[in-house]
Amino acid sequence: MTNHWVDIKNADLIFVMGGNPAEAHPCGFKWVIEAKKNRKAKLVVVDPRFNRTASVADFYAPVRSGSDIAFLGGVINYLIVNDKIHHEYVKAYTNAGLLVDAGYKFEDGIFSGYNEEKRSYGKDSWKYQMDTEGYAKVDDTWQDPNCVWQLMKTHYSRYTPEMVARICGTPKEAFLKICAMIAETAAPTKTMTSLYALGWTEHSVGSQNIRCMAIIQLLLGNMGMAGGGINALRGHANVQGITDFALYAQNLPGYLGAPGDADADLKTFLEKRTPKAMRPGQMNYGQNFPKWFISLQKAWWGDAANKDNDFAYDYLPKLAGASDVLSIFDQMYQGKINGFFCQGFNPLASVANKRKVGDALAKLKYLVVIDPLATDTSEFWKPYGEFNEVDPAKIQTEVFRLPANLFAEHAGSFTNSGRVIQWRWKAVDGPGDAKDDAEILAALFLRLKEAYVKEGGAFADPILKLTWAYRQPAKPSPEELMMEYNGKALADVTDPKDPTKVLVKAGDQLGSFAQLRDDGSTTCGNWIYCGVWSPAGNNSARRDPSDPSGLGQTLNWGYAWPVNRRILYNRASADLSGKPWDAKRMVLRWTGKAWGGNDVPDMRPDAAPEENVMPFIMNPEGVGRLFCRDLMADGPMPEHYEPFETPLDANPMHPNNPKATSNPAARVFKGDMEAFGKAKDFPYVATTYRLTEHFHYWTKQSKINAIMQPEQFVEIGEELAKEKGIVAGDKVKIRSNRGFIRAVAVVTKRIKALDVDGRKVHTVGIPTHFGFKGATKPGFITNTLTPVVGDANVQTPEYKAFLVNIEKA
Amino acid sequence: MNITRRQFFKVCSAGLGGSSIALMGFSPTAALAEVRTFKLARATETRNTCPYCSVSCGVLIYSTGDKSKNAPGEIIHIEGDPDNPVNRGTLCPKGAGLRDMVQSANRLKWPEVREAGSNEWKRISWDEALDRVARHMKKDRDANFMAQNKDGVTVNRWSSTGFLASSAASNEAGYLTVKMLRALGMTSIDTQARI
Repeated sequence: MTNHWVDIKNADLIFVMGGNPAEAHPCGFKWVIEAKKNRKAKLVVVDPRFNRTASVADFYAPVRSGSDIAFLGGVINYLIVNDKIHHEYVKAYTNAGLLVDAGYKFEDGIFSGYNEEKRSYGKDSWKYQMDTEGYAKVDDTWQDPNCVWQLMKTHYSRYTPEMVARICGTPKEAFLKICAMIAETAAPTKTMTSLYALGWTEHSVGSQNIRCMAIIQLLLGNMGMAGGGINALRGHANVQGITDFALYAQNLPGYLGAPGDADADLKTFLEKRTPKAMRPGQMNYGQNFPKWFISLQKAWWGDAANKDNDFAYDYLPKLAGASDVLSIFDQMYQGKINGFFCQGFNPLASVANKRKVGDALAKLKYLVVIDPLATDTSEFWKPYGEFNEVDPAKIQTEVFRLPANLFAEHAGSFTNSGRVIQWRWKAVDGPGDAKDDAEILAALFLRLKEAYVKEGGAFADPILKLTWAYRQPAKPSPEELMMEYNGKALADVTDPKDPTKVLVKAGDQLGSFAQLRDDGSTTCGNWIYCGVWSPAGNNSARRDPSDPSGLGQTLNWGYAWPVNRRILYNRASADLSGKPWDAKRMVLRWTGKAWGGNDVPDMRPDAAPEENVMPFIMNPEGVGRLFCRDLMADGPMPEHYEPFETPLDANPMHPNNPKATSNPAARVFKGDMEAFGKAKDFPYVATTYRLTEHFHYWTKQSKINAIMQPEQFVEIGEELAKEKGIVAGDKVKIRSNRGFIRAVAVVTKRIKALDVDGRKVHTVGIPTHFGFKGATKPGFITNTLTPVVGDANVQTPEYKAFLVNIEKA
Repeated sequence: MNITRRQFFKVCSAGLGGSSIALMGFSPTAALAEVRTFKLARATETRNTCPYCSVSCGVLIYSTGDKSKNAPGEIIHIEGDPDNPVNRGTLCPKGAGLRDMVQSANRLKWPEVREAGSNEWKRISWDEALDRVARHMKKDRDANFMAQNKDGVTVNRWSSTGFLASSAASNEAGYLTVKMLRALGMTSIDTQARI
């Protein structure tokens, strides 16, 4: 989230699309109700299903799953055509006036630079025109045909209300009513908050769905405002923290891009990762990349990382290419992976195409499941009738199952989706011989280290020299680990303006990432978390809920990254002169000497307004991006593409170009393309979602949740039920080109047939949650049905829009 | 009355047996039956966070015992933490069932192995489990570690063993995990955040 949960109460309009917080995030949703009750805020819901969030909305409209960009592109067009733009904001704080390279083109659904064979773009033309000093050129009049404003205006002019209705199946009047409600928040004193979840991300165009909202919120001037922003609701309690710590291949902790094969040495790596300012006088905060990276190397390898060995740069592995869960399972399927760990993760249930996942696991030499519970994955080799048809004798994988403790059984911190880090305390011991995750990993690591000491082996240095200064080496405590990743000074850290002034003494904890250095004199395991264990102690354990601002900022409750800032880009909540756009919801203001107010400034504290330092300090431009240059894989501006399994014959935006039917830059593996179904065999759009009584594949293990929602069902509309002769309570069989599941039919008014591109499109709603292990009735795994294709940028699978057929079982 | 939640329980449990009964006109000597005290008053209260969605609701866990070393506690109740500024004491149908999750019949209690081709689990000790897993890892790493790519660039990676990391693990466990995996040279890493 750019903002945070309680801040939702400050909104005038709550726009929910791609999420269902009333059911999936009920206790956070209370802040929507607070806004409605106390501010007379309006709630708008756009979803294929009239869900429980919709049931308390002021206005609801249906949309075909997988057509979000058409809808949101239509909103952008409406705002431009009807001049519902926060002009002062857009002019100062966005790249609307910046000039784009003359080679940039968008023709027949394809951006310039496309390579069909590689399904990817060469992005040389997706950049600004630069002047001789190396800064982007600007036309403040927005008249140049190649300025961002003009390109954007032309691009979205095709997204007329008629086109929106045709692609999305949303009635035109409903669409226009929602546009009018959104447009009201272009006023400087009105804000809209956008709440979304996996309903936007789990598409082959997922990242671009969110880019659309970024554009809309910039046009309306809602970024940085209390009650504004773009707010990902998110899944697990610590999905934010685990993302921040980069438990994935592409990044190192704190979103530092991991080295790849092209980054042969430290110098090349740092030069490539450290941006240069694109406009004069901007903070370009990314220029500090070397400080963050060197401090990470020092945290991990101490004295073994020094100037003489490029701070142990070669101790880090370089990434060869794709390495995300879909590609990892594809590699495993091809027999290229021998060992695999599943820590609190149930991929047989939660990764697309269950059959492929099961077949891949069967090719492993060893599988290690570290989990508090007996997961479906841990028994992928065990026959459970038609729910899991396998022959154990043919599966040669050795499977280890190691019992881990649950949240209540160990201390440590979780980071919520509002970026607030909160400490938890241990209540009881785990059952039997269960151990903490950290203890299990430490035990494995120490065994490996001992073996490398005794026997030697492949490149042992990074293992032997890894910092491991824990009081009990086999049991690193959460306090020690938090202190370690916060970081400390190895030598006195002095003020760059006055070297005689010591900011942090050698050996002391650091107070913020502003104190990090690139000369090896500081350590920090995750720069954005620096400050969480400062000289004042464990700030994540602070429990003062006082809120003097009345905005719900609670600055002394836990600790938010970065530097306890609760609203990102908050400099944009004030005009150029530093006066808040809305005095009643003041986040920040210029006091004459410094920035002050109700939050930690997202700005150099003494940057006077006349210095023209713009609010988006992480961008080298200093401004928000309506056109995002070469930073996305599939285009600098979002374009509607059909899901890979579409009920239509073509993309209505580009009916004559089959290359532009679905995302041209999305990756598809061999074998998976063939596994896509066609509308003639699988005529119905399927979408998966959560129930309020369950959490993923976890709560099916809990008795009370199993009592509340005991078995798999699917939801279909009354019209489809009638066509198929299905009545409520019937057992039905749902098939995709990858497999089938059986479930109980729920016939509902909540899902209606939509009129799309001249034909009727039915939606089948399929809750996830069920499987063959657990307290719920044994059943099929929903992801038996889903296709293996991900978003072009981050490879999040397309769980929300695929094709099925349905019949009475 | 301006008292904390904890004081409130103490007042109730102490007060109900004595003064308030006397105030209602019963003399202490005549009251032979003991009034039931609130179980929560004798429980140990621990502040924690619900592990399900990212609202990260504050919870209060009530357990028996006082956390002394030889008195293992048992959770008897979990409820929302009224001090938490986000959930303000509330819990949803998922969070309200947390105790049944912690005490699920499907909790794993000891290490097990399913041998190649076998159709059953076998209980093993932690030492055996960790030794065997570490042995697998070392063997695979030593056999498949790539020091240089075909262009002669130092890459130092081990991609033939993969790791899916939990989003329900704490930041501290996550940090230790990533630090260790990267030191081993592992690149086939991913997490639930992707999906």
